[in-house]
Amino acid sequence: MTEHLLLRHRDIPNIDQLDIYQQHGGFDAFRKAVTTMQPDAVIDLVKASGLRGRGGAGFPTGMKWAFTDKKNWPHYVVCNADESEPGTFKDREIMERNPFQFLEGVMITAYAVQANLAYVYLRGEFWQIASQLDRQIAELEAAGILGDKLFGADYSLRLRTHLGAGAYICGEETAMLESIEGKLGQPRLRPPFPPSFGLFGKPTVVNNVETLTNVPLIVARGAEWYRSFGTDKSPGVKVFSLSGCINRPGNYELPLGATFRELIVGRGLGVPFGHKIKAIMPAGASSSLIVATDEALNTPMDYESVPKVGAQLGSASVIVIDDSVDIRWLLDKTLHFFKHESCGKCTPCREGTYWMSHLAERIASDHAAQAEVDLLYSVASQIKGKCLCALGEFSIEAVLSGIERFKEDFVS
Amino acid sequence: MLAEKYPLETQNILAKYPPDQKRSAVMPLLYLAQRESGYVTKAAMQDIAALCEMSVTEVASIVGFYSLYYDKPAGKYRVQVCTDLPCALRGADEFLSKLCENLGIKVGETTPDGLVTVEAVMCLAGCDKAPMFQTQSSEGITYHENQTIESALEVIDAWRQQEKQA
Amino acid sequence: MTKLVSLTIDGKQVTVPEGTLFVDAAKRVGIDIPVFCYHPKMEPVGMCRMCLVDVGRPMIDRATGQPVMDENGAPKIQFGAKLDTACTTPVSEGMVVIGASDKVKAARKDIVEFILTSHPLDCPVCDKGGECPLQNLTMAYGPGETRFLYDDKLHLAKQVPLGELIYLDRERCIQCGRCVRFQDEIVDDPVIGFFNRGRSLEIVTHSDPGFDSVFSGNTTDICPVGALTTADFRFGARPWELKSTSSICSQCPVGCNITFNVRREAASGGKTVIKRVMPRQNETVNEIWICDKGRFGYHYTESDDRLTTPLIRKNGELTPASWDEALGLVASRFSAAGEGLLTLGSGRLSNEDLFNLRQLTEGVKGKAALYTHMAGGDLTAQVGVAPGTDFGEMGKGTAILVAASDLYEEAPIWFLRIKQAAERGATLIVANARPTKLEAYASHVIRYRYGAEAETIAAMTVDRGPTTVAGHPSSVADASKAFAEAENAVILFGSDGLGLEGSQALSAACANLLVATRHVGRANNGLVGVWSRANDQGAWDMGLRPLTVDRRPELQSAKAIYVVAADPFGDDPGLLATFNLQPATFLVVQDLFLTETARRADVVLPAQAFTEREGAYTSGERRVQRFYPAAPARPDTWPDFAITAQIAQKMGSILEGRVPAAVFTQIAATVAAYAGLSYRKLAETNDQWPSVGSGVRRKGLYFSGTAYENKQGVGIHLPLSPTPLPPVNMQSFHLQGEGLLAVPVTCLYDRGQTVYPSALLHQRIGEVWVALHPADAERLGVVANSRVSLTLGGAEFDATARLDESVPQGVALIPRSMGIPINGPEAVEIRAGERVVL
Ligand SMILES: Cc1cc2nc3c(=O)[nH]c(=O)nc-3n(C[C@H](O)[C@H](O)[C@H](O)COP(=O)(O)O)c2cc1C
Ligand code: SF4
Ligand code: FES
Repeated sequence: MTEHLLLRHRDIPNIDQLDIYQQHGGFDAFRKAVTTMQPDAVIDLVKASGLRGRGGAGFPTGMKWAFTDKKNWPHYVVCNADESEPGTFKDREIMERNPFQFLEGVMITAYAVQANLAYVYLRGEFWQIASQLDRQIAELEAAGILGDKLFGADYSLRLRTHLGAGAYICGEETAMLESIEGKLGQPRLRPPFPPSFGLFGKPTVVNNVETLTNVPLIVARGAEWYRSFGTDKSPGVKVFSLSGCINRPGNYELPLGATFRELIVGRGLGVPFGHKIKAIMPAGASSSLIVATDEALNTPMDYESVPKVGAQLGSASVIVIDDSVDIRWLLDKTLHFFKHESCGKCTPCREGTYWMSHLAERIASDHAAQAEVDLLYSVASQIKGKCLCALGEFSIEAVLSGIERFKEDFVS
Repeated sequence: MLAEKYPLETQNILAKYPPDQKRSAVMPLLYLAQRESGYVTKAAMQDIAALCEMSVTEVASIVGFYSLYYDKPAGKYRVQVCTDLPCALRGADEFLSKLCENLGIKVGETTPDGLVTVEAVMCLAGCDKAPMFQTQSSEGITYHENQTIESALEVIDAWRQQEKQA
Repeated sequence: MTKLVSLTIDGKQVTVPEGTLFVDAAKRVGIDIPVFCYHPKMEPVGMCRMCLVDVGRPMIDRATGQPVMDENGAPKIQFGAKLDTACTTPVSEGMVVIGASDKVKAARKDIVEFILTSHPLDCPVCDKGGECPLQNLTMAYGPGETRFLYDDKLHLAKQVPLGELIYLDRERCIQCGRCVRFQDEIVDDPVIGFFNRGRSLEIVTHSDPGFDSVFSGNTTDICPVGALTTADFRFGARPWELKSTSSICSQCPVGCNITFNVRREAASGGKTVIKRVMPRQNETVNEIWICDKGRFGYHYTESDDRLTTPLIRKNGELTPASWDEALGLVASRFSAAGEGLLTLGSGRLSNEDLFNLRQLTEGVKGKAALYTHMAGGDLTAQVGVAPGTDFGEMGKGTAILVAASDLYEEAPIWFLRIKQAAERGATLIVANARPTKLEAYASHVIRYRYGAEAETIAAMTVDRGPTTVAGHPSSVADASKAFAEAENAVILFGSDGLGLEGSQALSAACANLLVATRHVGRANNGLVGVWSRANDQGAWDMGLRPLTVDRRPELQSAKAIYVVAADPFGDDPGLLATFNLQPATFLVVQDLFLTETARRADVVLPAQAFTEREGAYTSGERRVQRFYPAAPARPDTWPDFAITAQIAQKMGSILEGRVPAAVFTQIAATVAAYAGLSYRKLAETNDQWPSVGSGVRRKGLYFSGTAYENKQGVGIHLPLSPTPLPPVNMQSFHLQGEGLLAVPVTCLYDRGQTVYPSALLHQRIGEVWVALHPADAERLGVVANSRVSLTLGGAEFDATARLDESVPQGVALIPRSMGIPINGPEAVEIRAGERVVL
């Protein structure tokens, strides 16, 4: 690929400066939308582009916007910049290095659903990014790109940042809304979904940073152009965060449908120290473990193909595991994470992650009998399908797939 | 009182949210209070409760839920090493134990001079640059990535020097 | 009306209103879906996941929008891949729900197992044992044995005081959040909350005092495990050893239905003693809640200071005497006094007591008076709320005016019910001279100056009169418009800052407003008195009337005074200071304790507490309710009505004195509003929803506690006298004078003799205080929380000064029954520093 669409800072130096961004067509798309397009036309355009949410679930973005309840006002847009999935670090790079394209995406989204106030919810550790965004927002206000009566049109918009404070669960959209409302970051019951009952009880669109960073280019260059990347059902490009046992970890922007091999071998230059690749977690800690067979490595990374090898694309945070890694140790690590991050609201997740972590620790330290491996498996199965939100369901993916697919690691 | 000490910041924070949603300001106000003392004091919780029209218990609940708020003092600098899976695959656990060894403390402890508390934390979105840690202090949060023990000890030494000069 | 939908639950057809939650729909047909976090009084949260069920919905053909049929012509049902929580899923037409499939059973077992992993197995010493939902659901659905290694269980703090009233056992808590949600959602005292997250979640409080809410005890009832217990009952008894007796709380005019749980125990010398008070369900009165005063305040009945024998003054000393001698003496002196007999009874007495008092007194043409600082009980009998009234049904279309009352302190459960009515859309108008907690839910707040209570309400009548009341003309006008236009309207009037004179004027103004706006004679319309005692309304109904405002002339001219359940000299030492009881006046006191008045009496007669006997009270809403004997009476004490009957007998007249039911029959025969009532009728119950027991397979899956169910009577609402009164003449009432004005206010926890003996409450009662505006305090040189001395009605007192911006300037608030006698607004002098006692 010649041109980066999301990681454009890699092609254009200093694109994090407002004037440079504008020299490269920055905010033309927002101006175009506000001055020449009906809000619904923007929604239709994004629908036509086939853009799907990059936060993990891959839900069609335009369709989500169209759900915004038009009988209930005001509307809000909340951008999910919580980025806390282990192995995910793409939104951070976008916001640090290509912030205006991201902000423009938020702004176009706000216009599309006629929200006059949008929040960017950043994980608390992104403190510096938030203050940088605050400065950039102020610059935009000074430049008349944000504020009242934009471009002479009857549309006003304000952007605000809001910092989380160290809670993975706040990446779950309803927990995030609770958090902005000054409450414990615990997920809400759904339905109702945010487009009908969101922030402050009002219709709200929630999208991931990367999702929204696509939007300016879609508006500028059209849906057809966007569809020229990726696959039919998963159009566009994706930033893959590559980490773990890999020579060149980092973010790589590839069209959806690129194979694991292209990413891991082609970009990441494979596994270091002559080890062999053993497993892949394509969606961070929430992921099932894929056995790194040739077939798996040749699998296209898109929303449809990854499930065929027994995992999800999720946030596309690809963690590479080499043959020096004991899966028992890996489970202990991931379960420690989920135990720490369970919000405690629902029983299976609260108790289940605690119990599983407990068992995994014993299994990893060789203190456990085979029966405890079976028990771990059984506890994980017992959590399945009973949780209030997806965190609990995520917590069992590595366990079930690890025990099923890497039996040899569990024979003591 | 927070509002009297930081009138501008308080105002700006409250202005971020609709006027009937004062409660939303609780998280940024907690950061403001924490910057002051390194942790959230009882008095600060009371101030914030009044500003946000919440009960003190509700404010304390927020402090308790979110792991970046503290209700107890610790070292002036919190060194928080990510030991989550991706970092651990790149030697984070070893990095952490060496660091502690060098500082003569255990994970979770504070150096005798009260300068540094070392903690293990969950993923910080710096997985490709492991080993890495963040430091939390009154100046905010700073990332230190692609670390070695030497580079980490240098960072800590620099703080020591600063302390001596102050 | 709401649409009805039909569905099938475990093969049973149910038709319920659209929007009903599954768990409730199932309960209607007697199927208990197990729950932990769900509570029918609160919004569902779907947290515990215990209520998982298999939900199938009719398949709809996308093209036609019609249901798809199977080969038998029945709609095809499609079940979801996952189970749904019955507590959060509303019913819809044609749904099929299965609560008994293997999948569901397995899920329930899984959830119980999860909960038990971190639950201690300390059932043998747990207060909840025997009435514990977790125990019950474990028996019903749980696994037989644990797969979680016991050694690895979390061990957490077990006796954490959340305050001096409520204790938390962290190990037992299952994080269902009921307690936190109750305090937040129902009460709006969010003083307990979750701290930490995940498996470390714990309940904490940061209020001062801890768990600062007058409703805190209810959380121990709804806690589905033994995590929250009261300081009063914890480790006190096992639920299955307890017997239940129905009663009525005697602390305020709401008339909450309660249950006394009693036990005969060795620890008490083989006596039957009260172990705890629990709410008894009565959805039209208190639902399933009571306040902490009702729950913890009953201990005075067990006090060692209770009178146990009649006393006669001999050689200047009160000396034990036989009943026969005492009664004989009293009877002869009463007969001699004739129309010089003045009887002073209070609303602490039951209807039967009061009825007999009046019979006896009027038998010799004496005067039977009510000991009170509030007027208007005659008005509430005429324009009170009509039968069928239910605060729980009030919402949109109803206006509720609360005048001169701090309901949170005076009648907490009414506070709760009115707050909820306002949340359902009722127009709440709060009129007071100072802000009160209820204002947070009001659509209109009227602020007047103390003394302008009646004037302000009078300005609200339709012709509206002067609109320039108290500097808030617009709000008064808006509020009166909203009030006049409301379909239904209720007024509750209290005595915040008022004495008898002001109360007379206020109650008349309120009655006039109701008549003028035609809000009389119908359910959910009318006047309610926020009386200071449980049965003040009954006392008015029995024909007792207050003394004059001054009281002294009546007391002075009496030849014999019969004081029953009242302590005029204790409440007002000034009464003694300024007025010399004629040595010739014969004073008889009938009470539980040797009160200040009793100390000065010629004869003292020991009465029984309401816990030891039967009777009936009439609540502020005019609901007549029965209470039953819970604990055995002290030997040699009698119930008041019986003592009075004995005296009468010795005076040669016959009064019913054997059983209260017989007295009640006489009441029914004599007092028009009580016609047709009987003890049997008062004992009748009706169906209560949400159901806590009867008729369903298993009990108490929603609630916990063995004492909720109402088996002994929900009471009967009195009819109004047929002709609503014409506008009453409202005497004008104005405060005069300069300088600081002391006004009486009511606080829930006071030093009265029916509260103070409960030592548990002492921390909440605190010191005697006076509240001032900071500006006044500054002028007087008084600093916050310092001791001050004050001169009131010619006497001197000490108190702690509370500074409070919400106190109107120029006013000092003085709590009633806290040690400083105050009958109504009067001038006060306050000086910094304690008075020097020479
Ligand atoms: C436990 C959990 C954590 C999540 N964390 C994130 C996150 O860090 N960032 C994110 O964008 N979405 C996250 N999501 C997904 C969001 O709930 C939501 O689906 C997403 O923000 C929608 O945006 P999109 O449609 O643009 O993907 C998380 C979901 C769950 C259940
Ligand atoms: S204390 Fe009781 S009511 Fe409160 S969360 Fe724990 S188990 Fe639930
Ligand atoms: S989730 Fe339904 S009762 Fe708890």
